[in-house]
Amino acid sequence: MLLEVRELETAYGMSQVLFGVSLDINPGEVSTLLGRNGMGKTTTVRSILGLTKAAKGSVAFRGKRIEREPPDRIARMGIALVPEGRQIFPNLSVREHLVAFAENRAGRPDPWTPERVFELFPRLEERQHNQGNQLSGGEQQMLAIGRALVTNPHLLILDEATEGLAPLVREEIWRCLARLRGGGQTILVIDKYVERLVQLADRHTIIERGRVAWRGTSAELDANRSLWHRYLGI
Amino acid sequence: MSGILFLEQTLNSLQFGLMLFLLAAGLTLVFGIMDMINLAHGSLYMIGAYLMATLAEATGSFWVALPLALVATALVGAALEVSLLRRLYERDHLTQVLATFAVILIANEVVRMIWGNQSLMLNPPAGLTGPVTLPGGMQYASYRLLIIGVGAAVAVCLYLLVTRTRMGMLVRAGASNREMAVAMGVNIRRLFTIVFALGAALCALAGAMLGPILAVQVGMGENILILAFVVIVIGGIGSIRGAFVGALLVGLVDTMGRALLPIAFAKLFSPPVASNLGPSVSSILIYVLMAAVLFLRPQGLFPARG
Repeated sequence: MLLEVRELETAYGMSQVLFGVSLDINPGEVSTLLGRNGMGKTTTVRSILGLTKAAKGSVAFRGKRIEREPPDRIARMGIALVPEGRQIFPNLSVREHLVAFAENRAGRPDPWTPERVFELFPRLEERQHNQGNQLSGGEQQMLAIGRALVTNPHLLILDEATEGLAPLVREEIWRCLARLRGGGQTILVIDKYVERLVQLADRHTIIERGRVAWRGTSAELDANRSLWHRYLGI
Repeated sequence: MSGILFLEQTLNSLQFGLMLFLLAAGLTLVFGIMDMINLAHGSLYMIGAYLMATLAEATGSFWVALPLALVATALVGAALEVSLLRRLYERDHLTQVLATFAVILIANEVVRMIWGNQSLMLNPPAGLTGPVTLPGGMQYASYRLLIIGVGAAVAVCLYLLVTRTRMGMLVRAGASNREMAVAMGVNIRRLFTIVFALGAALCALAGAMLGPILAVQVGMGENILILAFVVIVIGGIGSIRGAFVGALLVGLVDTMGRALLPIAFAKLFSPPVASNLGPSVSSILIYVLMAAVLFLRPQGLFPARG
């Protein structure tokens, strides 16, 4: 098991958001976290990464407990985040985003480098000298994915992978994720386009009001459309 | 006003502005990355000047004492950061202001206990005590030219460090979005200790270079600290480029104001009134400049957070 989350409980001050969320991710697998807005998906991701400390529960990554580790150490252990809203550094150029964080954390024989990211997203190469705040939303998302990839993570987490993107850019992101999956990258993705996620992912977890409401395979989710209506509002 | 006076005051502005930049560079990064208001920054400037004066006396050489004073002050800064300031990052600004104000008081008393109340003498390096003749026949203090040269060289080195190195990229990333930098695996605390030590060394450099011109005395850091804060507000918090431009602007407005306003007022008022009014109005000019920048660009001229 690459990631084992057990009975995670997280609160923001007096407001509890997660009530015992558990999640398993196997190496090489693509998993999703599904649910309506405000149900606790981002908080789950933030708790895994240590950005918001969980009050109870445990997180084990590659067999090591990490719920009390600082977030920078968790990241260096090999978890990379493509955050909601991209969070591109406005005062770093495209190339600097890729150079500053380039590191072979998973010890891959063929690591992601800035040049390989430029092959994946040729548009970034064209704009490599532009500052982060000069990019379109789609370019920022490509850069956020590239910035995460150059750390060569064991686990890549995308929070709202295609939110707010134009349809063509969205397709480019889906193609990129399919390619990463083909290369054996373990991925946890949050997104609203369930039909695409069913095609892309192996397993799904639906979160409803801070609790796991359902978990299963793509085939099971595809076959049970009442889940889509009940938990995802589709 | 004669051309020579104007040139002389321009050089003085440059010299003052570059020394302000040395102080403001560390301050702006500390504020930008950690959102930490450190009033004790001026105390590091004072400690640097005292260490420089003491080491110059002990070694008999300005040039031997300078790197020793820089390293010693950097170590004092790192120790201060690790022992005290690190505990204040998560606290609110008022707590930070109160705690670092306490550090000013403690530093002043410790300096008094060690060195006494008397100001220390720090002589310029041998061979740089007299004036030199510049092109055009103007006489200018050679030591002040050295300050300009050192300040400009450090500004270039800092620019290269921040814009061309990986550490500089991480510092800029941390200044614009600390949480994201941490999520990318940046050990922001270690980075901050390094930045803080570097800022302390720059304070020491400013203190050491200004020591032969100004008095090395208790409390010397407080007045210049206020100017350094003005500089980073004008330049944009967290921005080295902003600190550089802001420092040169403040240096220019302050020095030119002090030199030119009395001359201008002399044409309007009686000599005693003009001589009193000139420095008073010129000291206000800096804050007028800051207010104008805040009105037009509340984030400063070159905000790190874009």
